[in-house]
Amino acid sequence: MRRRQVREKLFHWSGIAAVVIALTLVGIFFGTILKTGLPAFWQSTFVMDVHFDPEVVQIGPKPEPMPGESPAAYQQRFNQWQLDLGFVDFGQIIHKSIVKQLPEAAEHPDETLALVTSGELFALRDRVVADPGIIGQTVRLKLLADANVDVWLKGNIDRDLPDTQQQLSPLVRAWADQLQASGVIQNKFSTAIFMNPDSRSSLASAGLAGAFMGSLFMMIIVILLAMPIGVAAAIYLEEFAPKNRLTDLIEVNINNLAAVPSIVFGLLGAVVFIMWFNLPMSSSLVGGLVLTLMTLPTVIIATRAALKAVPPSIREAALGVGASKMQAITHHVLPLARPGILTAMIIGVAQALGETGPLLLIGMSAFVASIPATPFDQSTALPVQIYLWESNELRNFFEGRGSAAIIVLLGMMLALNAVAIWLRKRFETRW
Amino acid sequence: MMENNMAQATMGAKLDALPNKPGGGPAASGGIKLSSRDVRVFYGDNEALHGVSMDVMANEVVAFIGPSGCGKSTFLRCFNRMNDTVAGARVTGQITLDGRDIHDHAIDVVQLRAQVGMVFQKPNPFPKPIYENVAYGPRLHGLTSSKSELDQIVESSLRRAGLWEEVKDRLDAPGTGLSGGQQQRLCIARAIAVSPDVILMDEPCSALDPIATAKIEELIHELKENYTIIIVTHNMQQAARVSDRTAFFHLGDLIELGTTSQIFTTPKQQRTEDYVTGRYG
Repeated sequence: MRRRQVREKLFHWSGIAAVVIALTLVGIFFGTILKTGLPAFWQSTFVMDVHFDPEVVQIGPKPEPMPGESPAAYQQRFNQWQLDLGFVDFGQIIHKSIVKQLPEAAEHPDETLALVTSGELFALRDRVVADPGIIGQTVRLKLLADANVDVWLKGNIDRDLPDTQQQLSPLVRAWADQLQASGVIQNKFSTAIFMNPDSRSSLASAGLAGAFMGSLFMMIIVILLAMPIGVAAAIYLEEFAPKNRLTDLIEVNINNLAAVPSIVFGLLGAVVFIMWFNLPMSSSLVGGLVLTLMTLPTVIIATRAALKAVPPSIREAALGVGASKMQAITHHVLPLARPGILTAMIIGVAQALGETGPLLLIGMSAFVASIPATPFDQSTALPVQIYLWESNELRNFFEGRGSAAIIVLLGMMLALNAVAIWLRKRFETRW
Repeated sequence: MMENNMAQATMGAKLDALPNKPGGGPAASGGIKLSSRDVRVFYGDNEALHGVSMDVMANEVVAFIGPSGCGKSTFLRCFNRMNDTVAGARVTGQITLDGRDIHDHAIDVVQLRAQVGMVFQKPNPFPKPIYENVAYGPRLHGLTSSKSELDQIVESSLRRAGLWEEVKDRLDAPGTGLSGGQQQRLCIARAIAVSPDVILMDEPCSALDPIATAKIEELIHELKENYTIIIVTHNMQQAARVSDRTAFFHLGDLIELGTTSQIFTTPKQQRTEDYVTGRYG
């Protein structure tokens, strides 16, 4: 008797211990990610007056076709304008702006340019193209500092390292400190990570927009394909299919497919969709198709479980008052199974959203520096972007941009789950 | 031995109180409603019902009794072809409703089930409002053309099922929120809403307490006016109380069919006597 009580106590406490350990691990996981990732949303930013000097920016407005002008002549004019634009030295504009704050930098244009991330040169150019009237004016702008300056100022890099191991020259490091002290460089929340595509040359202005769009397209494709196919397959197998060898075989195979390593689906996608059907490589269309294949077994299995959970008495009741089998399913079984089916769908989409392996094999790990506009464009995905960033030591260890991307991904997952819970609640209370 | 005597004594006392019913032939007037000839049911290779032939008259209540697994529920489910929905089940023989073969290709099983309603062992209202539960059948069969007509059907069905007074103020409340007895009466209302000729009841009271059971039995008495009722029951007193005729099944055979008073007082077959006196079952 006493031994039994001791055993029950032991069982009780080991259960509590397991929960505590699990919660601690989850806490550590989220703690580290938030600690390294959150500061990455705030970046060192120059806040200063920028003078668009007409001496430097010698460019007219973007040419428009004139009446009576041949297309060829217009094209020539346009090409010349583009060429001129390419020769405009926007670096000089930034250099002059910094010199205004820091007169001793006047003789060192290379060092001043090392302070600002190179993507801002193109940002200035885009500003001029969008509004030629800005030439000759002085505007107060926010310019992102270079990633190396950012980690230096944040103290993420050991300041005592010898010069040979530092990314920045002593002069630049000193100026960065000086500009921060005078308030020109401020630590400001940056939208670059949300608005820009990835970049290799301008690390500080690289963003997730391309990967986000890629993931979004793939999720839409997965929902549009996996939902109807998976639910229909589950309904057929659960409600209509005769029980025989063939359906047994199909069932076993579906269960096995759910356990197939996801990278195998990538291989299949590369062969079938890219080599046979000639769909564009590393497009989110192919990615979505591959992820659909991968999530289908999960959706089918979970949907069947949801259908099975509907008591057979409900089916009998519907048949008993003269509903056909189809009506019994659509009027009664499906509405009751809807919360379960939605959960199945969300599990599937969340699985697809977080998947990296198969995407590597269809070329979605390529560096894509533009935001995809359609599912046919080359793109990458959020988890792949994390993988790419985390393999870069500056981003991984010092800048924490990878962790910031993880936060965005987790945020997306949370939003998805919140939607699922909301939908489930809604359908459960609606009689 | 002692127990058997006791059981017999109690049963005898109950049966004395039974109303007298004409012996022998069918109790109720009216023609033959349902008729079965050599009906066999197979589950896979296993024959569960071995050729049952019987007639059910219009507006009578027939009770099927017998030990568990004797085929009475299986036979009941033949009348509205519910066995069609069971995987591997096969029915042979002939069943006619008003002289028409229900297995005929010209008969739509959906129409058949509207004509032959069913109430199940466990109350199984839809998880929808009470109103929707009753309105589902008429809507499905397009019996009404307007909302007010539908309202009327819902009200009269609930009235006939003796549930109207209890639920008229909360027709929007979920049917699953009612008590067990109310749920079963809701299921009866749902069945009669499509105005069937026959109502099949598969142990309708087995999940209910004695008070709810009494209400259902009372209801069966009233429904008899308009419907033909076949009821499967494990409770012999119930069979004695509600039915005009009783059929005793054993191991897939129809052993004896007669007026209820005859079955319970002067059974012709030894097995029937053994069962109704509680010697087995």
